[in-house]
Amino acid sequence: MTQDRVSGDPVQPPRRVDRAGLVIAALLAVLAVVLVWDARGLQSTAMYGMGPEAMPVVVACGLALLAIGNFVDALRGNLPARESADPVPVVLILVGLALLIAIIGLGGGFILATSALFVTTSAAFGRRAILIDAIIALVMSTLIYLAFDRLLTLSLPAGPLERLL
Amino acid sequence: MIDTFAALAHGMAVAVQPMNLLYALIGVFLGTAVGVLPGIGPALTVALLLPVTYKLDPGGSLIMFAGIYYGGMYGGSTTAILINTPGESASMATALEGNKMAKAGRGGPALATSAIGSFVAGTIATIGLAFLAPWLVDVAVRFGPEDYFALMCVAFVTVSATFGDSPIRGLTSLFIGLTLGLVGIDKLTGQARLAFGVPELLDGVEVTTLAVGLFAVGEALYVASRRHHTEEKLEPVRGSLWMTKEDWKRSWKPWLRGTMFGFPIGALPAGGAEIPTFLSYSTEKRLTKHPEEFGKGAIEGVAGPEAANNASAAGTLVPLLTLGLPTSATAAMMLAGFQQYGLNPGPLLFAERPDLVWGLIASLFIANMMLLVLNLPLVGLWVRLLAIPQPWLYAGILVFATMGTIAAKPSVVELSMLAGFGVLGFLMRRFDFPIAPVVVGLILGPIAESQLRRALAISLGDPMTLLQSPISATLLGIALIALVAPFVLKGLGRFKANED
Repeated sequence: MTQDRVSGDPVQPPRRVDRAGLVIAALLAVLAVVLVWDARGLQSTAMYGMGPEAMPVVVACGLALLAIGNFVDALRGNLPARESADPVPVVLILVGLALLIAIIGLGGGFILATSALFVTTSAAFGRRAILIDAIIALVMSTLIYLAFDRLLTLSLPAGPLERLL
Repeated sequence: MIDTFAALAHGMAVAVQPMNLLYALIGVFLGTAVGVLPGIGPALTVALLLPVTYKLDPGGSLIMFAGIYYGGMYGGSTTAILINTPGESASMATALEGNKMAKAGRGGPALATSAIGSFVAGTIATIGLAFLAPWLVDVAVRFGPEDYFALMCVAFVTVSATFGDSPIRGLTSLFIGLTLGLVGIDKLTGQARLAFGVPELLDGVEVTTLAVGLFAVGEALYVASRRHHTEEKLEPVRGSLWMTKEDWKRSWKPWLRGTMFGFPIGALPAGGAEIPTFLSYSTEKRLTKHPEEFGKGAIEGVAGPEAANNASAAGTLVPLLTLGLPTSATAAMMLAGFQQYGLNPGPLLFAERPDLVWGLIASLFIANMMLLVLNLPLVGLWVRLLAIPQPWLYAGILVFATMGTIAAKPSVVELSMLAGFGVLGFLMRRFDFPIAPVVVGLILGPIAESQLRRALAISLGDPMTLLQSPISATLLGIALIALVAPFVLKGLGRFKANED
């Protein structure tokens, strides 16, 4: 190891503790605790063999071991290198998904909901012509609605726009 | 042997009914159209198109599935050749050589050798499936619940730990899937696990919601987050589509060798088409008379891996149909397709619904043939699909992805889960965790648990039953070796590196 450092590439930064890796390890540990906590509320009714609480405990043990494994990897800085990420488009798409869920939940119907998602996603990928995209989205989702709801008789949620059709 | 022919002939009679032929055609067409979109692999193609088959009868829907399965594979290789974005790691070798060929104006022959090679490999492998399946079914009827449990342990380990970059990250993915598999009502005692009082969670996590969230939403978020890094360039298809005599001469042996790698490895519960494609690529590189062309667009480097990829896809159907064991994300989606009709693949299905199983196998032949006839003439259409601007493409993918969930369960909880799985998929891509083990864990975890509990109930709670059955003991031994091997090999590698 020491030899490595002497002869190694001087530009290479020293291995650092990977904070994101520590967070991942912590989340896995929390998940394991949740599993055990949830399993404690189950009653074992099986006379022989294992009851419903056994498997969650086994999975929790696995998760706990993996939390340790991920923790060690993070301490050693063993995670693969990551490129920089731009958070803005990610947030935009998530806003689109939230809009879709809200519109469906409030009875706004399929066409409006998917159009909102289409426009925000398209904006996340760099489009700025929001009005044109909105028209495209409305036409496309109306066509999808007609094709799937009427032709394939899948039931898609109807809102004010769908009732006009 | 005679039985197989009779069964296959019966399956053909089912598959060539006009309605079923139409289903196969629609499946092939939709599968290719969706599979050709960049970033969409075969597993996601099947997941996205599941809702289309909701209203069909099981027979017709499974036949459409066969078409979607092969169509998605073919579409993926077209993308790999024309824009160098392999939708899955199994297309990486194809992208390596195929994209270089397209850049050199030989995109036509590259597409042709991949299409014909896929056809040759798919046909041979489907024949292999038809003959291997009845034999495996005979073996599988002797399996007790403890043997099934042990077999699933092998699949868990090989899918997650043995062949990935990091066994720890692979196993982490698997255990996330197993955790999700625990959600819902326990079938034996009727008690709710991990439902936290939410009624929608009592039915458990839907496989399609998970797969579409992880693959489609996760991919869209990931591509959006690193849009400033990549620039995709679509290579136009110039020149002749047809292969020259020289191309044929250089292609036919790689096709056959690729099939020989792909089918057995796909049929073992070892998971993934990456290994056979890379084995095939390195073999062709070693055997070729034109080593100078490798890395610059060698046709052997497209022909071999493409054949291996398709053969292994047919190979994964062997454990899926005979044992109910999915060993890839795509196979897990196929299993979800069976389960939406309450069908469980395995020896029983062969005995009870031979028309269904053999109709599906026969449809694989037909789908393969249709792809060969359709795809080369339609290549212009597929190229136009590839030219859709990225904002509209991903917006459209997300609309289609959410539509599947909205059609199945238009609830706020289900859609929130879809979005949540999307974020999970994004984070897993960002931190380099493999995705397929999550899907396999979700679908196989509950089955493994119920087999284990059945085995322990029969043995009156004695866990030694797992080691008393020779089959189960052997399989558990294999699982243990497959689990420990990557750690040991990595340790050896580190040791050697220090020595140097």
